[in-house]
Amino acid sequence: MVAMNELSAVHGSDASQRRLKKRRAAEMRLKAYGIAAIFLAGAALVTLMWSVVGNARYALSESYITLPIELSAEELGVDPSDPSTLRGGSYERLVRDEVRERFDYVEGRTLRRELSDLYSAAAAFDLRDMVIADPDLIGQTIDVRMLASDVTDLYLKGEFGTLRTPDTDADLDFTFDEEDSVAIEASAPIFEDILRDVQRDLVQLSNRREREAGRQEAGRVEFERRAEAAETEEERTRNLEEAQRRADARDALLAEVEDLRARADDPEGFEELTENNESVLIQVNGGWLKATAVSASTATAEILVPLADRNLAGADYTLYVQPVPAIARPISDEKIVWIEELRGDGAVEQVFNWRLFSAGDSRDPERAGIWGAVVGSFWTMIVTFVLAFPVGTLAAIYLEEFAPKNRFTDFVEVNINNLAAVPSIVFGLLGLAVFLGFFGVPRSAPIAGGIVLALMTLPTIIIASRAAIRAVPPSIRDAALGLGASKLQTSFHHVLPLAMPGILTGTIIGMAQALGETAPLILIGMVAFIVDIPGGITDPATVLPVQVFRWSDFPERAFEARTAAAICVLLIFLVLMNALAVFLRKRFERRW
Amino acid sequence: MKITSIIALATAGLVAAAAANAQSREQIQIVGSSTVFPFSTAVAERFGNTTDFQTPIVESTGSGGGIRLFCSGVGVEHPDITNASRRMKGSELETCMENGVTEVTEAKIGYDGIVVANDRSAPVYNVTRAQLYQALAAQGDLPTMWNEIDPSLPAVEIEIFGPPPSSGTRDAFEELVMEEGCEEAGVADCENAAEIRDDGVYVDAGENDNLIVSRLEANPQALGIFGFSFLDQNSDAIQGAVVDGVEPTFDAIASAEYPVARSLYFYIKNAHVGVIPGMQEFADMFMSEEMIGEDGQLIDIGLIPLPEEEFLDVQSQVNNLTALQSGDL
Repeated sequence: MVAMNELSAVHGSDASQRRLKKRRAAEMRLKAYGIAAIFLAGAALVTLMWSVVGNARYALSESYITLPIELSAEELGVDPSDPSTLRGGSYERLVRDEVRERFDYVEGRTLRRELSDLYSAAAAFDLRDMVIADPDLIGQTIDVRMLASDVTDLYLKGEFGTLRTPDTDADLDFTFDEEDSVAIEASAPIFEDILRDVQRDLVQLSNRREREAGRQEAGRVEFERRAEAAETEEERTRNLEEAQRRADARDALLAEVEDLRARADDPEGFEELTENNESVLIQVNGGWLKATAVSASTATAEILVPLADRNLAGADYTLYVQPVPAIARPISDEKIVWIEELRGDGAVEQVFNWRLFSAGDSRDPERAGIWGAVVGSFWTMIVTFVLAFPVGTLAAIYLEEFAPKNRFTDFVEVNINNLAAVPSIVFGLLGLAVFLGFFGVPRSAPIAGGIVLALMTLPTIIIASRAAIRAVPPSIRDAALGLGASKLQTSFHHVLPLAMPGILTGTIIGMAQALGETAPLILIGMVAFIVDIPGGITDPATVLPVQVFRWSDFPERAFEARTAAAICVLLIFLVLMNALAVFLRKRFERRW
Repeated sequence: MKITSIIALATAGLVAAAAANAQSREQIQIVGSSTVFPFSTAVAERFGNTTDFQTPIVESTGSGGGIRLFCSGVGVEHPDITNASRRMKGSELETCMENGVTEVTEAKIGYDGIVVANDRSAPVYNVTRAQLYQALAAQGDLPTMWNEIDPSLPAVEIEIFGPPPSSGTRDAFEELVMEEGCEEAGVADCENAAEIRDDGVYVDAGENDNLIVSRLEANPQALGIFGFSFLDQNSDAIQGAVVDGVEPTFDAIASAEYPVARSLYFYIKNAHVGVIPGMQEFADMFMSEEMIGEDGQLIDIGLIPLPEEEFLDVQSQVNNLTALQSGDL
């Protein structure tokens, strides 16, 4: 530094000082840009990871409902002494009946169906597998852990709002008018907040209606204008009729607006709760009530769960508010109450979701797993490696060590470089036409996917391998040749082992790229819905990225979390493969 | 690294590929419509779970693509069943027959409504098919604002996200809304009524309906075109427009009151029954009361059931494998 300063003093004219300052400023700016760029890239990565991992954590646990079930051989329709009948038992009916028995107050077809949607279809299959594994269970009453349905599970995880208890303190007076209806009178205005919410909605609705009335008015004006401008009598009448219709619609809307406003302004109002409002639930004497209409201090309610005792003088109650309106959640108030009942019994538990990692695909989100796709990816990668690695390496050795330098090899080289940049879907089309269409390779199989991905990876491997071979110093070859080795011996005994780390790195990076590929596989049928775990390269299979693509298309909300979880697994695989490449390079790298 | 062993492995792989060609197939292969896909997979999974047969493989290729694969020939390398969100065309059946697929059984499984939906924060649209036609037709005035079509519609720009031309939903929309709407609007020449304008008012949003839902959430002024099951599952985010005065509800579609509903089908290759194990059993399970009947499982995931009488008709047709005649279409 000192020397620099002395030199600067020699060249210390004002002009050079200014130039120097400018140069340093430019350097500082470049540094700043660099840091900003890194920061931006990092922020993008963090955002991505945040959203994916944030979503995926919902998929990491699953919910179970435990109910005691009596496994009677008669009801199952199986013969305990004959194992072959065990599989065909009517486990689903048994489970359904037991759940209905637990909630014996539930009546009506719709509600009973909803009851069956508390648990997953997997519950019966799990029970079946349990019985097949241990036929002695038949005849016993056992606690069966039943997998909860996707909606139940999401509710338990708080996706559809959690019940909250408003901070109120008032005595309630219950009067049972009819069979299913209860009038509630409170000593304090505890329903005030809810009433205010309902009235706020009324104001919004009235504003909307007013705007609609305005549009109808615009329509009336327009049609009247058209009637005046009409050339034939017929056209005039038609437009006048149309104008009259708009005028009527406008008047009806305005009347509605007035009515809505009056209701919204009335502090003594008594308003019905609709699907658009928060739900108000009251738990009392072992039963559950749901408010159907409220005023500030009174309410009417219907009975969702029968009360143990209708004498409610001075009974303790708990008031719950479900903040998400019924219309905005796929779970009814009844079902929420059932789940809360089960939760109160301690029959609900959440455990780590091993199923996600051990099951194949399923149409039911709670049952779906990625193991099938992982195994499919594994077989596909095996095929890709077995085809692409030897072919790519041999091509590279030939091109580097043996091929004469002429127009033909130049042509080949240009083509290889171009192929590396061809969009992957083109390889899919090629695979579809040649391998599936001409050679009759089975659809949806890892062999077909592997061949296509191998073609796609080949140029990457060849280019990387050639670079690695070229990096082996000529002195190694000269020494080997000088000691009498043949060209073949030189290449395979000396050059190739030294180039191997580079070749492997290139191969692994090419394979990682192939692992994340979706587009070409869509064309050859690897997007199919496949439940069974593939056992070989000709079995139908799907791969991880395709699984992600497919799950993202399902309407069920619970698949969102599973999609994110599958993405995480895929990312972990990619990171591991790249880490392996780094490790191999570090381990075997040799510096000259 | 033993290069020779790797080469041997690679050769073995290729030989296996060639050998696979000659293998027979244990599981049923199903292709076709992405609309029927969720229903088909649900049955397939159940079939694998409750019978001794393997779970069928279901692939979503779109109705047209599915029928093309299905009709390409008889033999294990061709699919056994194709799903379709529209009826097979006469020309397609002809192609089938030319390729040796002479006996095809048609199975109608139920209905699906096509809804026009927007974001929940915006007002509900109340439109007629004639208005939808005017908004989307490639011929005619090409309006840019809704209130240009009818002054009592809101003064916002027309923007509609919908499926691409390859989709069965698009076919059905063109037939049920565009062509009917043209008639309703009293346009003199409805020859090319199905043609949808391509000046950016109709946005081709791809086959992924979840994507359309999130685009509607981001843009409350826009409308989207979906199958009913998507509205059903996403009712917290979007709401269906009233079409011709009818709200798109389950009951309105089932009773045929809602005007935009189409039938869903699957087609069976009769020549494969008895060759591929479980074909007849699968078809029977699909057509059973507990799947597509009034209370069936598929109804829970958005299928709209056939009327009782038609259901029994179709069921017996499938049980007997009554082959389609070219005159039927």
